[in-house]
Order: sequence, then structure tokens, then C-alpha cells
Amino acid sequence: MSLEPQIALSPAPTSHRKRIWGRRVSAIAGFVVTVFLTFLGLLAITFFIGRVIPIDPVLAVVGDRATNAVYEAARVQMGLDQPLPVQFFRYVVGVFTGDLGRSVSTGRSVVEDISRFFPATLEMATIGIIIGVVVGVPLGVIAASRQGSWIDQIIRIVGLLGYSMPAFWLGLVGLALFYARLRWVGGPGRLDIFYDGLVSPVTGLLLVDSLLAGEFDIFFNAITHLILPASVLGFFSLAYIARMTRSFMLDQLNQEFVTTARVKGVPERVVIWRHAFNPIRVQLITVIGLSYAGLLEGSVMIETVFSWPGIGNYLTTALLNADMNAVLGSTLVIGAVFIFINKISDVLYRVLDPRAR
Amino acid sequence: MTSTRDWLLEDSPTSLWQANAGRAYRVFMALLRNPLSALGGVIILVLILTAIFAPWIAPFSATGQNLKARLLPPSGVNLMGTDELGRDIFSRVIYGSQITLTIVGLVALISAPLGLLVGAVAGYFGGWTDRLLMGFTDIFLSMPKLILALAFVAALGPGINNAIIAIAITSWPAYARIARAETLTIRNAEFIQAVQLQGANPLRVIVQHILPLCTSSMIVRVTLDMAGVILTAAGLGFIGLGAQPPLPEWGAMISRGRTFILDQWWVATMPGFAIIIVSLGFCFLGDGLRDVLDPKSEGK
Repeated sequence: MSLEPQIALSPAPTSHRKRIWGRRVSAIAGFVVTVFLTFLGLLAITFFIGRVIPIDPVLAVVGDRATNAVYEAARVQMGLDQPLPVQFFRYVVGVFTGDLGRSVSTGRSVVEDISRFFPATLEMATIGIIIGVVVGVPLGVIAASRQGSWIDQIIRIVGLLGYSMPAFWLGLVGLALFYARLRWVGGPGRLDIFYDGLVSPVTGLLLVDSLLAGEFDIFFNAITHLILPASVLGFFSLAYIARMTRSFMLDQLNQEFVTTARVKGVPERVVIWRHAFNPIRVQLITVIGLSYAGLLEGSVMIETVFSWPGIGNYLTTALLNADMNAVLGSTLVIGAVFIFINKISDVLYRVLDPRAR
Repeated sequence: MTSTRDWLLEDSPTSLWQANAGRAYRVFMALLRNPLSALGGVIILVLILTAIFAPWIAPFSATGQNLKARLLPPSGVNLMGTDELGRDIFSRVIYGSQITLTIVGLVALISAPLGLLVGAVAGYFGGWTDRLLMGFTDIFLSMPKLILALAFVAALGPGINNAIIAIAITSWPAYARIARAETLTIRNAEFIQAVQLQGANPLRVIVQHILPLCTSSMIVRVTLDMAGVILTAAGLGFIGLGAQPPLPEWGAMISRGRTFILDQWWVATMPGFAIIIVSLGFCFLGDGLRDVLDPKSEGK
């Protein structure tokens, strides 16, 4: 309808389309370059941390009773006699070929450890973000459409609590209340002890694996264990998502086209969910992406509380054992995933939202 | 009384001191008008007073053990109960305010000036300096803060000083971004050109004429960030990498209470309330300050 004059104004639709595609390609190229540079920066930081630690990496391998000759040989073999740029180059090549060194405490390669532990984190964070989106988005929309009402106030308080409550504390309180007192949920860990190891890992995601094996008991047991930590994570993401949804919606509801729709007599429900909500969907993708990345980080604390065998638990255990390869490896993996989700939601926003071009 | 107020609200102040005092007074009055920010201010004030007068407020010592009074529930004597060594949790929470205030203050003192300087230099010089510094800042910004802080503490060794350094290292980039944005808007202002024409070197221009104009948005941002700093510090303490026992740091106290969470819930729960209240205080105060000092960035 209203598109008519615009089409008439643009001289040749094909060149217009070409220009849009050109912009998309350059956006994606820019994305690849920034992701690569940021990742290189991350590598530089972990390399730097690995070099400034007071622990001598050679001593850790040969022990303090080794002779000078043995020590020197190990030093040369580990490449530590080379200049720093060469060491860094080797480190980068190692990381890109999937070599993160060996964990001192588990005795396995760090890559193997992480691929074993990561699915548990992914499962928890994914359920968490689902809770955050399913609850947070409608709450934000309702808060915006009834600005100043009691539900708006509640969402404000939830948002503030999301910024000021320690996640590990909420997890502990949840355990005390829902596990110890009310017995509504399973305790720490991914499964009850007698179910442990009964399902062979295919994807590493217990919910999927137990369904694939047709073990519904285990599936429901896994849910009772997962629901509390995922809800705690979900609380923090819903606090953020609801706040952002509310502010985006308020921006839209103040626009003139919304007033026009209302004046035309469009039902309020349609005004809110179609006219006002549709334009903010792309912005929400960015917010949800950021929130998801934040959950992967937040799971470090939650996993410690719930003895959840994920990458966060692996990281904290390694930290306390001064297992530097494992620490830097998991920092690198969490950092890389974080950066990737961060940047991809940024580029999605620019590609999908015509206003951002 | 009225005359002091008139002096403060004078439209044409006769001295710099009067102008500054008047401005502070206006900000203060505007903060009081908003109940939540007033509440935030009160919470922070109480935190500061508690930290200063802890020895007089706390009924017991923070480290004195009394094994006969282990794990007592909250009562009239022990307001928040006692922990596994019979120490009074209320007294420990009171003394913990000193640690929290130290962490918050030092992180702000290290990271805000660092961020200000990086951002102002990048914005003032522009070109390659800008691209290099901001590229560096962006790399730090797009990394998970907590994980980075964890890795730094792992390298530097556990302890409260290293925790402060690690948190400061991860929180300066946000300030650099703000300082750069502010610098860009005033870089070409006429008063800057006037100073440059008088032969002031870049250092002088930045430190004396640009940085003072960045401070108000910086104060807002730092106050808002303090809740996050407290949570990160508590998290490091909880994992065992921050303040070490027997220091009564709130996160570390929660961590000790973890073992007893199922039966003696108060050991882990009580310090958490302290964290929430203080963090909320900084959030409220920061929101109020933003409305007063920096109204254009509302809703961000």
C-alpha cells in the first residue's frame, strides 16, 4: 500500500537489491575480520597470563630434583628457549590445530576434557535461555503496555535483583528450599547416583541421549536435576530480557504509527503484538544472544554450587589445582564462544534490521 | 540557614568554590527528590559508617572462635546466628563491610582513571592512536569479564589484592569507551582551540580541560558498575580465589556456609542479604545520579 511511491522513486530495483547484497557481504566480511582479531587478542591475553604466572612451567614437568641438563633439555623441548613472538606463533598454531596441552589433574588432553564437559554446560544454559525468553519477553511486553501498573513495578524489582543478587547465593538458597525442605527437585549433579552412567553418551546432552535410548525414567530424572540450576540461570536472563523488551516496546508505543493504528480502531492486542512487537524482534535477537553468552559465563558459578560436571566446574577445579593448561584452555573456549555469539548477534542485527543499515 | 541556601543557589556565583558548591547542592537536592536514589544514598552512607565504626557496632569479634556456640540459629544474642567455629555471623558481616568498601574503592580508583586516560587520549589524537587503543579496548570489552578475572587471579595467585587487580583490569574498557565518546564531542570546541592557541601541550589540554568534563558521566557509570564489582569480588571469594579465611569477606562466608546449607541455612544466607542490599544501594544511587547528571543516556 504505502510501499508504492518508494518503488516508483527507486530507479532500478535490481541495482538496489545488489547494493543490499553488497552491504550484507561487507558486513559478513567485517564480521569475520573482527572475530578473528578479537580471538587473536584473546589468545594474546591467555598467552600473556600463561607467561606471567609465577609457576615455572618447566619445573612443573621435570620436578625440582632434576639436574640442570635435564631442565635445559626440557626447556628446549617445550620451546621456551625461543623468543616470545616465536612462542606466541607456535601457541596460536597449536590452538588452531586443536592442541591446548595436557591437563595435569585429569591426565587427559584439555581438548578431550572440554569436549566431554561442554555439553553439560550447553544443556543447562540452553534450558536457562529458553526459560528467560519464554517468561521474559511476555513480561517485558506486558510491563510496557501497562506502564506504572503493579506488574510493571514487579518487573522493575526483578530487573534490579538480577543486577544485585549473586547467582551462587540464589543457587544455594534454591537448593536449601526446593531440594532440602520441599523435595520438589533433584539435588546436585546431573542424575541420581543409581542412574549414573546408564546412558551411553551420543550427543553429551543427557535429555537428548536418554530419549534416544528410550530411557524415560532417566529423562525425567535428568529434568528434576536440571530444572533448578537452569531456572536460576533463567532468572538472570529473564531479568535482563524483560528490562530490554520493556524499553524497546516503550520506544515503539510512543511512535506515531501506533497512535494511528489505535485511532483507526485496531484492537489493543493487535496494536501491541503486531504493530509494536514486530519491529523489535530483531533487536531482541541481539539481546537474547548477549544474554545467552552471559549465561555461559554465569554457569561457572552455578556449576560450582550444583556440582554440575560442566566446563565451569572443570575451570574452577583446575584453578584450585593450579592446572594452568586446563585453566587457559577453558578460558579460551568460553571466551571464544562468548565472542562468537556476541559478534554474531551484532552482525545479525545489522543484516536483518533495515533501520541499522 | 536561608542565607546559606541563597548563597548556594546564586545565579551568578562570584567564586569557583561557590559555583562548585552550588552545583553539588543542586545535584544533592535532585537526588533527594527521587525516593529510590535517596534510599540508595542512605544505604551507601550506612555502609561507609558501618565500615568506619565496625569495632563499636559489632557485638563480637570477627575472628574470635567459640566452639561451644557452633552453628547456633539466629537469636537475640547472635542476630544472624553463628558459623561452624562459633563466630557471630552478624559481627562478621559488619566487619565484612570494610573489605567490600576497600574492594569497591580500589577498583574504582584504579580502573576509572585508567579508562579515562585511554579514552581521552584516543579521542583527542584520533587517527591511528584512536584505532589502536580502541581496538585494544574492544577486544577486552568483548571478553567475558568474570572468566578473564578468574584467569588473571589464577596467574597472580589467590588473595584479595590480586582479586582487586584482576577486577580492575577487566573493568576499565567500558570507561575508556565513555571517555572517548565525551572527548569526541568537546575536542573541537572553541575553548579547547583557545587553550591550544595559547600553546598548551596535549597533556595539559587532556588533563586540565577534557578530563574534568568527562567526570560526571564517569561517576554515573562507576556507581552503576559497583554492583557488578561487588558480585564479581564475592564470586571470586566464593570460589576461594578472593579474600582468604579468616577474613570476613561476604562471598567467602557464603562459600563456608555451603557445607551446612541443608541444615543450618543461616550461615550461607545471611551474608548474601548484605551483598544484595549493598548492590541494590549502588544501583539505586547510580540510577538517580544518571537522571540528574546525565539525563540523555536514560534507559541504556
